[in-house]
Amino acid sequence: MIELRQVSIRLGQFSLQNLSLRIEAGEYAVLMGKTGQGKTTILETICGLRPVASGSVWLRGTDITHWSPADRQVGYVPQDLALFPTLRVRQQLEFALRLRNWAKPAMDERVAELSNVLGIGHLLDRRIQGLSGGESQRVALGRALAIRPAVLLLDEPLSALDQATRQEMHDWLRKVRQTTGVTTLHVTHNAEEADALADRRLMIDNSGAILG
Amino acid sequence: MDTSTQFRRHKHSDVPFFVFLGSLSGCFVLLIVLLLAADILFTSPAAFRDALSKPEIQAALRLTLLSCTASAILSLWVATPLGYVLARFKFPGRWIIDTLVDIPIVLPPLVLGLSLLILFHLKIGEWQLEAWLRDRLGFPVTYRWPAVILAQFSVACAFAVRTMRVTFDQINPRYEDVARTLGCTRGQAFWQIALPQAWRGMITAATLAWARSLGEFGPILVFAGATRMRTEVLSTSVFLELSVGQLDAAVAVSLMMVVMAVLVLLLLRFVGSGLQA
Repeated sequence: MIELRQVSIRLGQFSLQNLSLRIEAGEYAVLMGKTGQGKTTILETICGLRPVASGSVWLRGTDITHWSPADRQVGYVPQDLALFPTLRVRQQLEFALRLRNWAKPAMDERVAELSNVLGIGHLLDRRIQGLSGGESQRVALGRALAIRPAVLLLDEPLSALDQATRQEMHDWLRKVRQTTGVTTLHVTHNAEEADALADRRLMIDNSGAILG
Repeated sequence: MDTSTQFRRHKHSDVPFFVFLGSLSGCFVLLIVLLLAADILFTSPAAFRDALSKPEIQAALRLTLLSCTASAILSLWVATPLGYVLARFKFPGRWIIDTLVDIPIVLPPLVLGLSLLILFHLKIGEWQLEAWLRDRLGFPVTYRWPAVILAQFSVACAFAVRTMRVTFDQINPRYEDVARTLGCTRGQAFWQIALPQAWRGMITAATLAWARSLGEFGPILVFAGATRMRTEVLSTSVFLELSVGQLDAAVAVSLMMVVMAVLVLLLLRFVGSGLQA
């Protein structure tokens, strides 16, 4: 479902060489490794935000190496969430749907569905500036899941949360997975998080190779 | 053991430091206040009214308001995409563009006016820009009102570009990245995500461009001339009134410009309070 074949990435001084990775459909894989080893770069490469120097990126059996991010239909939640500051929660959830010209009733139905799965129905008319860490996480997750992507990429999504909220988010992520069956690649430093969520643990080592 | 002789309070006063800061800063603030006070004391309400009732001054005020507004709009129109390009993209020769954009800021104003004049009148073979605009498009520029706007725009736009670049530098590009993964093209990410966050910077850039245009004199004098009722703006009115010995009128116009500048700067401060430039 997600496959990197001998991918090399060069970003200034930083580079990753001959990276290979395969995550099966419906699998929840957690990628771990030290800071600065390129975990975020791998996610951004799958999204199409970083160019590939050589090798290929495959999603759902299709070579998408040269596709634009807009065409890949990947759900991406970056570490800082990057919720759009000028939009309310409902508009965040509707964002990708509007770009695809969804009709209003279908859009309302999808927003209601997401709100129900993520427990954010009471936040829909709120600005994002007043949301708590856990609420922001769930809104970012909802925004990424709105178009029912086949692949969800999470970049250290729980790193800024306290222990209690993190536990709560584990339950939400499990629920999302159960409800959507989305193939997920989740990057984290936290072994406990990996134990709680992963079907498979992957480790990026000092040479940039992925083990697992 | 008695420690009272060893543990004594050494007084550390911040007063000398504040006196130092206050006296140096106060000198400049005082200079500005004295300049404005001298202008106000020099003129009288009657002289101010007389100056404002002159048809030439009224025409200059009208042209000033129109040309400054046109220059500010044009500056914003150019500065927004250029500021975005400089803030977001790395490409060969970016430093050259970055340096070129700053040239109008550091160039002596008269030189800029002279350069505009030369550009429009330089003959390339038989072809000349001014002649082409005049004969082919029926739109002569030099020594007419379009020259006023162009002279103001040439300087004001450079300031607007700087402001817009800082604005876009402060907006996390991650928002646009995420928007692109959600289905936006780069253009849609710019219009729907970056631009709505840049509104404070845009107002600041436009206001700054307007204020710069108001104070522009050198390039206008050289490129547009100072013809009464045609290319006269308030800054050239001061010059013209002085040149015919009408000191009262020159001061009255100056005060009018001060009031306009203060209003614009207040707006700039009010809007800019949310832009940490």
